[in-house]
Amino acid sequence: MEIHEILFWFLTVMALGCGLGVILSRNPISSVLFLIATFFAISGHYILMNAQFLAIVNIIVYAGAIMVLFLFVIMLMNLNADTEPQKNRLIQFAGVLSGGILFLVILAALRTTTSNAADFTSTDIGLMKNLGKVLFTQYVLPFEISSVLFLSAMIGAIVIGKKE
Amino acid sequence: MMLLQLDVAFIIEKLILITVILMGSLGIAMYATWGERKVAAVMQDRRGPSRAGPFGLLQPLADGLKLFMKEEIIPDSSTRGLFILGPCLAMLTALLTSAVIPWGPDYVTEAGRIISLQVADINIGILFIFGVLSIGVYGIMLGGWASNNKFSLLSSIRAAAQAISYELAMGLSLIAVIMMTGTLSLREIVDQQHGFWSDGYFTWNFFKQPVGFMVFLICTFAELNRAPFDLAEAESELNMGFHQEYSSMKLGFYLFAEYINLFVSSVILSTLFFGGYNFPFMDQVQGAVPQFVFVAVCVLVLLTKAICFILFFMFVRWTLPRFRYDQLMKLGWKSLIPIALINMVVTGLVILWTMKK
Repeated sequence: MEIHEILFWFLTVMALGCGLGVILSRNPISSVLFLIATFFAISGHYILMNAQFLAIVNIIVYAGAIMVLFLFVIMLMNLNADTEPQKNRLIQFAGVLSGGILFLVILAALRTTTSNAADFTSTDIGLMKNLGKVLFTQYVLPFEISSVLFLSAMIGAIVIGKKE
Repeated sequence: MMLLQLDVAFIIEKLILITVILMGSLGIAMYATWGERKVAAVMQDRRGPSRAGPFGLLQPLADGLKLFMKEEIIPDSSTRGLFILGPCLAMLTALLTSAVIPWGPDYVTEAGRIISLQVADINIGILFIFGVLSIGVYGIMLGGWASNNKFSLLSSIRAAAQAISYELAMGLSLIAVIMMTGTLSLREIVDQQHGFWSDGYFTWNFFKQPVGFMVFLICTFAELNRAPFDLAEAESELNMGFHQEYSSMKLGFYLFAEYINLFVSSVILSTLFFGGYNFPFMDQVQGAVPQFVFVAVCVLVLLTKAICFILFFMFVRWTLPRFRYDQLMKLGWKSLIPIALINMVVTGLVILWTMKK
């Protein structure tokens, strides 16, 4: 096996294992920590595909900011077994059903796509320069629309926070 | 095995470099604790540590030995795994950042082999530093929460909120620098600040981005949890803060990680804004002395700049009183972020204007 393959399998096992850890662990804090480890594994995959910028931004934004806030909230809530809401059978069933349907849709969408393997030989494909060029020429409209979406979400958060 | 195709000489070279950098950071951090006490003593008209060795120079060793010998107590009510993970993470993230710092110019051996004094020249060097920085807060948060002590929890929550708030302003102030240099690689940023004076202006980023530097500096104080922003360990409000339940070397790791962070941040400040290992008249010096002397001088220049910053951090700590928490948040969100944003826009306009000409 080449080192590339070894790393791929290591990261895949890590991502799947930690992903299972997120939903299987009883303690919400360890769920969050498993999720952070999953993000690291996914960042490793990005690096294997020469997308260093995406990898580090994934860590900064998700592991470094969003998960800190998650941890923050969970620490303050102090979840125990007796404060945990009682789960209804019906709700559990609905959850499994909707999750299964989502899985089915993803599977159906991925089945018909042509395999578009990343080019591992060129090392500059994931550089910030190329990403910026693509974002501001080819995908400028989706990019700007999503930034407007973020702005409105930010303003919305401030409005909700201001209400006493 | 295909694994063995790796260049053995390259690995050995990097291993030696990593060892030297780690030992160097630990050594400097050790003496930073001594320096801090001496600076405090001088500013408060005392003598400071003076018993262990000449000028108390062996004091850090004595402190380390004391911490190692102390009894290790893990509270019953703590979450054991996370309690141990906290100091490990703090130490790990403190040491990780030094991997992307260029410590000196390349050394070319007579056989033509280029030895780089940088562990990893990755093209996202600055973002790597931010990534490590954003992970760094987990050490404090987990340690504080796992202690199962309300003061520790309060302190860790303060630390996290402070770190996230000031990371924003820090990133925004750096965007202006990145716009000017056009690269995220620390090596290239240092190379662009070559010498001291060229084309009728200073080459160091400090003279091109004074506002960005000020914002970055203030944010560094907050990220380091140092006075005047050391609210995470405000003794008068939180006893000792997040490391209250820690004892022995786990406490030592937290305290030590803080001083390593101080050193690494000082190096980063010198690298980004004060030319890194560049110094005035370096071209003349390079022509006059053998190569290894030149490289050594460059490394010493970088260390000197870093030590000046460390001293500056210490002077500020013993000069300014602690901020109140709401003042801290107000400064971060309502002053620094707008200033950094305006600085960014002005920098963009200037770049556009000079490009048109």
